[in-house]
Formats: sequence, structure tokens, C-alpha cells
Amino acid sequence: MTSSFPWLSLLLLLPLAGAVAMSFATESTARWIALVATLGDLCVALPLWWLFDPQATQMQFTEHVAWITAPPIYYSLGLDGISLPLVLMTVGIMPLCVLASWNAITTRVPGFMAMLLIMETAMVGVFVSLDFVLFYIFWEAMLIPMYLLIGVWGGANRLYAAIKFFLYTLAGSMLLLVAILVLYYYGGHTFDILALSQGTYPASLQMWLFLAFFAAFAVKVPMFPFHTWLPDAHVEAPTAGSVILASILLKMGTYGFLRFSLPMLPDASHVFTPMMVVLSIIAIIYGAYMALAQVDLKKLIAYSSVSHMGFVTLGLFVLNQQGIEGAVLQMVNHGITTGGLFLCVGIIYERTHSRLIADNVGLASPMPQYATLLVIFALSSLGLPGTNSFVGEFLVLVGTFSWSKIATAVASLGIILAATYLLWMVQRVVFGVPAEHHLPKLRDLNRREFATLVPLVLLIFWIGLYPNPLLSRMHQSVTNTIASMSREKVAPTAHPSARITEPLLVEREGPLEIQGGLR
Amino acid sequence: MSLYGADLWALLPELIVLATACLVIVLDPITSASRRDLLAWLSVGALAICLGLTGWQISLENVRVSAFSDLVAIDAYARFWKILLYSVTGVTIILSLPYLKAERIHVGEYYGFILLALSGMLVMVSAVDLLTIYLGTELMSLSLYVMAGLNRSKLRSLEASAKYFVLGAFSSGILLYGISLLYGLAGSTRLVSIAGAIGTRGADDPLVLIATILVAVGFGFKLAAVPFHMWTPDVYQGAPTSVTAFMAVAAKAASFAAFIRVFVEGLGGLKADWSILFLIISIVTLLLGNVVAIVQTNIKRMLAYSSIVHAGYALIGFVAAGRGDGLSGGTPGLASVMMYLAIYSFMTLGAFAVIGMLRKGGIEGEEIEDFTGLAKRQPLAAFFMLVFMASLAGIPPTAGFIAKFYVFMAAVDAGMAWLAALALIFAAVSAYYYMRVVMVMYMRDPSPSSVAPPHLSTSPALSVVLACAVVGVILFGLFPNPLVSFALQSVLTLK
Repeated sequence: MTSSFPWLSLLLLLPLAGAVAMSFATESTARWIALVATLGDLCVALPLWWLFDPQATQMQFTEHVAWITAPPIYYSLGLDGISLPLVLMTVGIMPLCVLASWNAITTRVPGFMAMLLIMETAMVGVFVSLDFVLFYIFWEAMLIPMYLLIGVWGGANRLYAAIKFFLYTLAGSMLLLVAILVLYYYGGHTFDILALSQGTYPASLQMWLFLAFFAAFAVKVPMFPFHTWLPDAHVEAPTAGSVILASILLKMGTYGFLRFSLPMLPDASHVFTPMMVVLSIIAIIYGAYMALAQVDLKKLIAYSSVSHMGFVTLGLFVLNQQGIEGAVLQMVNHGITTGGLFLCVGIIYERTHSRLIADNVGLASPMPQYATLLVIFALSSLGLPGTNSFVGEFLVLVGTFSWSKIATAVASLGIILAATYLLWMVQRVVFGVPAEHHLPKLRDLNRREFATLVPLVLLIFWIGLYPNPLLSRMHQSVTNTIASMSREKVAPTAHPSARITEPLLVEREGPLEIQGGLR
Repeated sequence: MSLYGADLWALLPELIVLATACLVIVLDPITSASRRDLLAWLSVGALAICLGLTGWQISLENVRVSAFSDLVAIDAYARFWKILLYSVTGVTIILSLPYLKAERIHVGEYYGFILLALSGMLVMVSAVDLLTIYLGTELMSLSLYVMAGLNRSKLRSLEASAKYFVLGAFSSGILLYGISLLYGLAGSTRLVSIAGAIGTRGADDPLVLIATILVAVGFGFKLAAVPFHMWTPDVYQGAPTSVTAFMAVAAKAASFAAFIRVFVEGLGGLKADWSILFLIISIVTLLLGNVVAIVQTNIKRMLAYSSIVHAGYALIGFVAAGRGDGLSGGTPGLASVMMYLAIYSFMTLGAFAVIGMLRKGGIEGEEIEDFTGLAKRQPLAAFFMLVFMASLAGIPPTAGFIAKFYVFMAAVDAGMAWLAALALIFAAVSAYYYMRVVMVMYMRDPSPSSVAPPHLSTSPALSVVLACAVVGVILFGLFPNPLVSFALQSVLTLK
């Protein structure tokens, strides 16, 4: 279905307009402009949920405008069942980030809100781009705003965390750019993501490209051993920054694997599957163990993110329907649940000015509403049946089971460990005796804070109890992805000796041959 | 006489620049100090006329016109560079005005020298004869030697001038030696004849190779490519900031223009040899420039190394052109170099303009530390600097990304994906020192003990120009089409 109304452009422009408006805003108006812009974006995005046709095999809401003529680069946007949930999650989380920063950010408020809005445009842009260069521009455009969000409004050690985040992600994405350029020449002189996904590439080239993609996406996920920027960035970032990082930014890495690595480089994906599965399982177990040892709430959740994102990459690389659907679902789930947990930490930090577990004990009696919601988020994070994460992790493990029983067994340990560190955290924070001098500060949630958390709780139970609307929308797209992988893509005679440095004249002659027609 | 008329018409913009330079020098003694601004505006006006005239000439006829018995060729390639040079010189003059006043070195002959240097550059970009090119480089260099020492009361400025002169003269000698060898081979200094002589003698002739290496070394000095870069940090640091900006931008662009023409039109037969030579030079330049830039504390020195690094990136496009098959194979590479320098010029000029504005007490604040907390005191200037730094680092959606994108695209096209990967890793390294400026501006609070908090000295015209540069850097990042097609068309006239 091609809609004539430019939904996606509107989705991109609205936050950007808000960011421009910030240059004329005062502190108080900045907050309202940001709230209106993000809520407006949500209102634009929500109809897409119903307008989306779950049966369609093509991209929907497409826009295709020539942008740069030489080389041909298009302003090309579209949504499918994989990007739809992620876009909705992004625009859904952003108003909550604005609300969470309402009183927490007191300096240079217009600048802060402008950065949030630019981030929103860039993040949505990453999920809807159908041109590889456009994708890359959105992908990189996030760096500077996020760098400033951490570095200007962050905690004590913010400078170190900001530059570490910046350099890690930049170094990774530089190799992605080379891979994009190489694909352009091998894939029939096009940056069109869909056309490139139909292409056939020599196996040795695929290996190189896979590693280049891996450098960019694995840093973003972050996969073990590229995860070390994450705890620093999470701990130092302001609450909204942590939420954006955990809920949305990390998903870009896994989205990249799913959108580019799997369909474009199927042979390499098959070859590297054991490595990816092993790295995922290491991340699951290692992240969980690190979380067990943390005394800082934000660090605990940061390491739990490493562990949970391990489930997502695991689901992706077992390369079957259940695994990938579970992974996409788990991307959304992690966004909701971990976003909620970071919001909870932000709320308690505003009261006690400490993120240490030891300083925040016994909140159940002074803050009953807060304690209830925190327990719900924690239970969702550990995958209790009835909550969203259970569905996602279950699907991932079912997918993994058909690939390797041992891998499934080891990955399941991660869930047990998650239960351990989360319940232990809940036990200390919620129950216990609060410190006497903290008591006057421990007010329960006000209406604004309540409003930031309740939507997430509702989503947790909705996906946990009735995930079918979400799964049915992604079903067709996941099927397409798997179908495009299983096609025999490499002709047996295709340049067995080809190296990455050799321009392939043969492929440049004519337009790309399209096989199968599955798009 | 009609022949001379055509010659003069082709060179009319250059003649206007030269006439204005003389006029400024004549008018200077009879202009009172209070009205010296008028000389600057006179120069800017002349440049605007030249810009319009060149644009008009492009729209009239865009074929190659040879003038003065084939000493110069007015083609689209030359006009691309001319338009760039007129613009950056105009911007330089506007940013010089408040700077020179604040430094109390506002003298009229400054504008004369800038225009004389520009005349030299204009000769460089259109000459198709080695001696004429040499004349152009000398006119440019001699003017710049004087301008570097403009701040006579400052030891560093004098040191910069002396160093620049000695090393510049040395490199000119080497260049001249290479030219004389080529003349000995071809019996002519015309690039066409040299190309013909190399064709008949073959590329393996040791004399040809020696001459090529000497010419490459001579140009290496002008481009500030490693290992011929030693003069750059000291000269850039010591010279008045407006002069540094002019050297880093206009002199580099003009040198690249002449360099490309000599090596493509004259020494194109040796493509296989010089592309390997410049491949090595570009890698070494990127490596050394980036690593040394990290440890700089003076922002002018840092930008000096940054300009070395950017020469390395531009050279990658040139190497890609050399490795391409046939002349059409080289087109994207050469066009990418032209785009790279055009974009580099404006972001570097912008960065230097902000540096020149920064005052600490009565003197110039040029340590990176002096930018501490600028975002709080001067949010707009800090934002401008942020955009220029992001662009220099090549982060989208700025023009700096587009510049790198096309260079690396040419490299991948020429089958050197590994070179693009290597250069991009260096780009990630360079982001560290550019982002450090941003970090200091935005994330550090000024220490309360600092005696004189830095402030800005600016003028309305400079603010307008800076705002235009920022908008340009972002707009060309988002809509590079006009620049791309202009560069691609211009490069086609190169023989």
C-alpha cells in the first residue's frame, strides 16, 4: 500500500521544527514546545498502526524523491513490519523522556530539549530510511546530540563517558561507510536498500562486508566485547539520555543486523552464526554476572541491558522465524521495560541524589506507588509470564532450541541470573528499613511522574497478555527476510578469486539481476 | 589586435584584481587611519565584481580558451578555482577587518598584499606552462611571506615569516630544478609539450622520474603534505590569524589546482608512478598529522595539523584519479578533490574566523583552554564553532561529510577500499581532537580564578559572513547537488 500522504516525512519534520523553535524559547516554553512536538509526533505515528497492512509484502507509506544525482541517492522512506514497532516505540518513548526531564534539567533547557528533538528525528530516520546513504546520515547525525546530552547535562564523570561513547560508535560506523561504498559498486550502482538486499555478492566479499557491518552494529548493540562504553555512558547520562540510549539507540545495532547483514550477506551470516551465537551467550551470562556485582542502580540496569540485548542478537542469528520474531519483539520489550527502569532510577535520584542501592533502601512504605511500579518493571525485565519479556525471550529460546539445545540451555541460565539480580535489587530497594535522614525527601510519585510510568506498565501487560497484534504485523516482513536469505544467491561461478580491492567490471555492465521477486 | 582583445577579455577578472591591488597600495598613504576601512571594502567590491564577471563568462562560453600564446588556459576547471578563490579572499578580508583593528596592525598595504597573492593564485590555477605556474606560486608566496610577518611587534610573527621564507624559497628552488629538467627533456615548458615528450621517451626514463619527483617535492611543500610539512605548524601559529586562514585555505586551494593540472595534463603519462608516490605520501600525511594534532594545546597549531590531514584526504581522491582507468576513470577522483577543497575552505575559514574573534584581555586567545565555557558566554559563536568542528571531523549532516564521502567513493571506485577504510579510521581519530574543542566550549565551566574572561571582537559584516558560512556548511551537507555537478563539469575540461 502506497499512501500519498507523506506520513514519514511529517514524522521526521515535526521534531526538527520543534528543535528549530528552541532557538527562540525560554526555559519554561522550551519544555512545553518539546512536549507538544513529541506528543504531536506520537499522534502522527499512531494512525500508522491501524493503516499498516499486515498482509502486504512490500514497504508501506513509501516516499521516493531524487536527492543527489551523482551518485544516485534518494530520499527514500518506507515502513515494514520490522520497522513499524520500532518507530512507534521511539515516538512513544520520547514524550516520556521530555516529561522525565521536566524538573531534572535546570540548566540550558532549550538546548537540552533541542538535542532530544534532533535525536528523535535522527532515530526515526534510521528506522524508516530505504536508501543506504540516507540511513548512514541519520545514523551519524545522532552522534553529536548524544555526545552533548551526555557531556553537558551528565554526571560527574561525564566528559570521559561522552568522548568514549562518541569515539566507539564513530570508529564502528566509519567501517560501515566503506562497506556501503563497496556495496554500491558491487550491487549495481545503487544505494537502494531493497535492491541491494536482492543482490548477489561473492562469498569472500560478503565476509569482509559482514565484518565491517559487524564493527558498526556490534558496538551499537553493544555486543561483548564492545560493550564497555555502555555502562559509562548510561551512568553519566541524564535520565532522558539513559532512556534514549537503552530503549532506542541500542536497537539500531540489532536493527542493522536484521535489515542489512542478514538479507544482503546471507552466506556470511551463515558462516558467522556460530560466532554470533557464542558472543550473544557470553553477553547474556557475562552481563548478568556483572549486574549481580553492581552497587549503582544505573550500572546494574546497564549491564542487564548487555545481557538482554544478548537475547536479541541470539534470536537474530539462529536464523529462523521464531528466533527473529522473538528478537524483534524483544527489541520493543527491552525498550519499554528498561526505559521504565531508568525512569524509576531517575525519579529516585531526583529525591535522594544518589543512585547507590545502599542509599535507596526501604522505599515500600514511604513511596508505595513507586515501589509497585518498580516491582512491575523488574518482574517484566526478568521475564515473568504475563509480562512482555516472557513472550519475547520464550520465542528466542524456542528458535534457539532448533539450532542448538546446548545453546538454549546456557542462554536460559541468563534468565535465572536475571531473576537473581533483579529480585535481589528489589529486595534491597523496596523492602528494608529506609535511612532516617532520607525519609523527608521520599515523597511518592507526583502526577507527572505517574504519567511517565503508567503508559509503559500498560504496554508491558498488553504485550505480555496479547502479543498477537504486534506479532501479526511483523510476521510477513520476517518471512520475507528469511526467504531472501534462503534463496540461492551466489552463483557457483561468481568470481571465486574476487578480492575486496578488485573492482568487478562484470557486475558494473548491466543493471542488477533481480531474482525471485520477493520484496 | 583582435587576438589581444580576446586575451584581455579572458583575463579581465585577473586584471581587475591586479589593478585593485595597485590602487590600494597607491591610495594607502593618502588615506587617513580612520578611513582605512574603505580600502578593505574597495577590495571586497572588486572581488565581488570579479566573481560576477567570472560567473558571467562561464554562462557565456564554457570551452577552453587559450590566451597569451598558450601560457594560460581559461577553462571551466580554472574558473571553478577562481570562483572559490574570489569568495574565500573576500571572506578573509571581511574577517581581517575587526581582527587587524583589535591587534592594532590595521595597515592599508595588507589588502594590497592579499590581492597580489590572489593574483598569483589566479595565475597558478589557469597557467598551462610550468614557468608561468612558477611565477604564480612566487607571486603568491612572496606576498604571503610579508603578510606572515605583519605583526612586527610579535616575535612569533617574525619567526613565522622568516621560517616560511627560508623553507618556501628552498622548495621553490627544488620545484624550479624539476622544471628545468623537464625543459631539458621537452625543449619547452608548455605542459602539452612535456606530455608529448614523456610519451615519446617513455615513462621508464630515469631523468623523467627524477624531474617528476622534484616537482612533486616542490608541490608537496606548498600543499603541506608530510614529509614536507615542517613549516606549517610554526608558520600557522605565528602568523596573524587572518593570514593563517588565508594561507590554510586560499594558498592550499591554489596549490592543489596547479598541482592537479601539472600532474594530469603534463605528467599524466606517469600516472602509474606518481599515484604510488602520492599514495604513500597521503597515508603518511594522515598518520602523522592526526597523531600529532591530538597533543596540541594551541588551537592554531591544532588547525595547522588539521590542514595537513585534510591535504592527505584530498590526495586520496587524487590517487584514486591516478589509479582509475583512462581519463574518464579519473574524473570522479579529481572532482572529489575539487569538492573537498571547496568545502574544506569554508569550514576552515569559519573556524579561523571564530578564533580570530576570541580576545582574552587585550590579546588574542588562541589556546584551546581559552574556549572554556564559551557556550555559556557566547552561545551563538560556540554553536558556529561546533558546526565547523563537526564538519571538519566529517560528521553528517555537514558538508565535511559530503567532502569525505566523494573522496572515499572515488577510492573505492578505483579498487582501493582498504585505503578508504584506513583513512576513515584516521577520521575517527581526528574526531577526538575536533570534539575536544566542543568539549571545552560546552562541557567545562570557566574557572573562577581566570583573570580576564575571553570575549569576542566582531563586526556586523563578519557576523553575517559567519552565519552564511554555517548555513552553507549545513546546506551543502544536505543539498550537495549544485557543487557536485559544478565540479564534475569543470573537471571535464582538464586535458
